[in-house]
Amino acid sequence: MNLNWFTYSAPINFYPLAGRMITPFALLAVLLIGIGLYWGFFQTPDILSEQKQYYRIIFPHVAAAWMSMWLYIVMVGWALLGLVFNTRLSFMMAAATAPTGALFTFIALVTGAVWGKTSWGTWWDWDPRLTSELILLFLYAGYMALQSAIEDTRRSDRASAILAIVGLVCVPVIFWSINCPDPNQCASLHQQSSLEHVESNILIAMLLTALGFWMYSFAVIFMRVRRIILERERQTSWVAELPEVGGGL
Amino acid sequence: MKEFIYAGGYGLYLWSAFAVTAVLMVGEVVVERRLFKKVLARLKRIKRMEQA
Repeated sequence: MNLNWFTYSAPINFYPLAGRMITPFALLAVLLIGIGLYWGFFQTPDILSEQKQYYRIIFPHVAAAWMSMWLYIVMVGWALLGLVFNTRLSFMMAAATAPTGALFTFIALVTGAVWGKTSWGTWWDWDPRLTSELILLFLYAGYMALQSAIEDTRRSDRASAILAIVGLVCVPVIFWSINCPDPNQCASLHQQSSLEHVESNILIAMLLTALGFWMYSFAVIFMRVRRIILERERQTSWVAELPEVGGGL
Repeated sequence: MKEFIYAGGYGLYLWSAFAVTAVLMVGEVVVERRLFKKVLARLKRIKRMEQA
């Protein structure tokens, strides 16, 4: 099959494709999150004790934390593609990814704070994991601020792409802040991620929720990139001819 | 049912974490829809002005 991927790097071709993909991804997201939460509440044991049912904060918390890091990597990927191939759409995808990444970072921090209050007795601690995740939130915010601070989109795309790439150093720091090779050097209050020790039903629920959050990200990022395409390509004739803007009459 | 919501005395924490997540995620979609419609409306207006 001779599929030319560069066809879809043209906004005129990607705009309708993205539009067609929103509903399937949204449905998948609802389905996966629904099953994940059902599993998380009704197929899991009250492992710790009757009192410690708050551990179920784990489902939105871990899923959001994973997405916060993954979307940052995705955003940097688009930024890099944009810098290398000079494709406008790649920068638009990077710009469309940032707000959702920031949202998940915020959700991870807030749900983590609530969990921390119940299990550690404090909303916040300057522990390496929490601190590096907070820096990730600032990186997303910095990226979005820089993007909107520079009027010329070609310049703002490049400047913010470079900021995103430099900020990538934060992601392994977040990862190793609790998974460092020598446990004695881990000063974290945050517990280590030990997926292999997690009870299998909890793990299934966690993975389903995370997958659902990922599908959600696809749907909402496609929605956003369509808006960005319209805003940036508004001077072109193909946008003027779209039926939804009253064209083609 | 009551016990489920009570969650061993941690109901307020547990459900507020879920509520924040749900509100933010649904809110993002609502905001994004509204912004998209706003852009469409603006483009329509520009087009009408050009045709007039």
